[in-house]
Amino acid sequence: MSDIPTDLNYASSHEWVSVEGDTAIIGISDHAQEELTELVFIELPEIGLKLTAGDPCAVVESVKTASDIYAPVSGQVIETNDALDTEPGTVNEDPYGDGWFFKVRLTDSSELGDLLSPEDYAMQIDM
Amino acid sequence: MVENSLKRTALFKTHTALGARMVGFGGWEMPVLYSGIAQEHLAVREAAGLFDISHMGEFLFDGSDALEFLNRMLTNDLGKLEPGSGQYSLLCQDNGGVIDDLYAYRLGQDRYLLIVNASRIEVDWMWIKAQRNTRHKVLQFEMTDCSDALSAMALQGPKAAGIIAGVFPAAAERLKNQIAEFDFAGAAAWVSRTGYTGEDGFELVVPNKHAAALWEQLLSLGQALGLVPAGLGARDTLRTEAGYSLYGHELTSDTTPIEAALGWAVALDKPDFIGREMLAAQKQDGVSRRCIGFKMTGKSAPPREQYKIFAADGTDREIGEVTSGTQSPSLGCGIGLGYVETAHTKPGTGIEIEIRNRRSPAQVVKRPIFRKPD
Repeated sequence: MSDIPTDLNYASSHEWVSVEGDTAIIGISDHAQEELTELVFIELPEIGLKLTAGDPCAVVESVKTASDIYAPVSGQVIETNDALDTEPGTVNEDPYGDGWFFKVRLTDSSELGDLLSPEDYAMQIDM
Repeated sequence: MVENSLKRTALFKTHTALGARMVGFGGWEMPVLYSGIAQEHLAVREAAGLFDISHMGEFLFDGSDALEFLNRMLTNDLGKLEPGSGQYSLLCQDNGGVIDDLYAYRLGQDRYLLIVNASRIEVDWMWIKAQRNTRHKVLQFEMTDCSDALSAMALQGPKAAGIIAGVFPAAAERLKNQIAEFDFAGAAAWVSRTGYTGEDGFELVVPNKHAAALWEQLLSLGQALGLVPAGLGARDTLRTEAGYSLYGHELTSDTTPIEAALGWAVALDKPDFIGREMLAAQKQDGVSRRCIGFKMTGKSAPPREQYKIFAADGTDREIGEVTSGTQSPSLGCGIGLGYVETAHTKPGTGIEIEIRNRRSPAQVVKRPIFRKPD
């Protein structure tokens, strides 16, 4: 049974978004890390990169495959979780906390309205 | 959904009861993992793992001319086998291209067993039948495809011998590549001391209706010694560390055993066999590209099949392609197998792997890519 915190919003591509003012923190959901299984490598976007919602912006690699992570909202990357360089498994252990990927400065906060609520995300992953 | 058209082995319910994640592979619904690929991989290296390999194919050949026929089909010399032993071999086309790699066993005086890849069962069978019907009609032997009636499992790891002794005591006394028939619940079980992981181990073949009972018995006997069920994910990382080829990756109809660095399984000193002319020429004249093992030397994402390989000699030339790649659970770095131009095949040669449009440094290494310290 996947964990879906109620204080976050979600993209249908399984990223979560936490908003603090004009900054959004982004990671991947518990369902996503379960499906991917143990991660062995994570490629994060460069700081300063300008992202448009829907852009592939990061890559996660499990033992078997590489998967793209998509920007759930538009913004400029202002910080990345470099601890994931040495401990990619943190994403599996704590996808909503220490397993965060990167932060953006939002360029269009109206996009937050396009994200899925926890209930809608739960329905999408069919819980 | 595609699910309904996938075949299931006799152990399907066993896997789902163990919580396995099932995936489609070569037309079969198989367990890719139970607890986790890296965990299962390391368990095989340190204790033991039990794999369902029932999807593989089994062909039986009986008769006084079986040896002559098979020795014309296969590259290695079956004539060297005593009853109760086996050898790695390849089935090739006239142009030397590989149809399949397999294990060939001599079960008795005139009785042979081939164990072939799941994805190649139909192709292999049709090829062998066609050869029999066109070129070798006068030879006296029977051939049977027993794949659907038989299940198989692989018990692999340093603790495997201790575990199998609990079911088949004499099996633990067999040497590498030997095979013997044992009784299991009144049925015939073939047990060989072979494997695809680089560890000591055994492969067991039984009729379908006995598969679940044999699996349960091995698992419960071995649990105290650290035996875990292991899936296709770990099977792939283990064989890549061991440097073993996989059909469809290092071996295809466009590669020859010589290019694949499997010349040791090609016996030119036996009577003529299909592909001999090309393979003899390649052994003599050399080949333009060869299969190598490599390790990533810097921090990078894992290499994957179809990633391009470049020279690190300043010319920046594209020199080959990755055919298998993964993150090695034992080494903690990316490893892989691939084909490169012959000039770049010496162990120690620096190469570059293109990963998502960026070059990452790697080094050609001898195989096995990983070997446990003694």
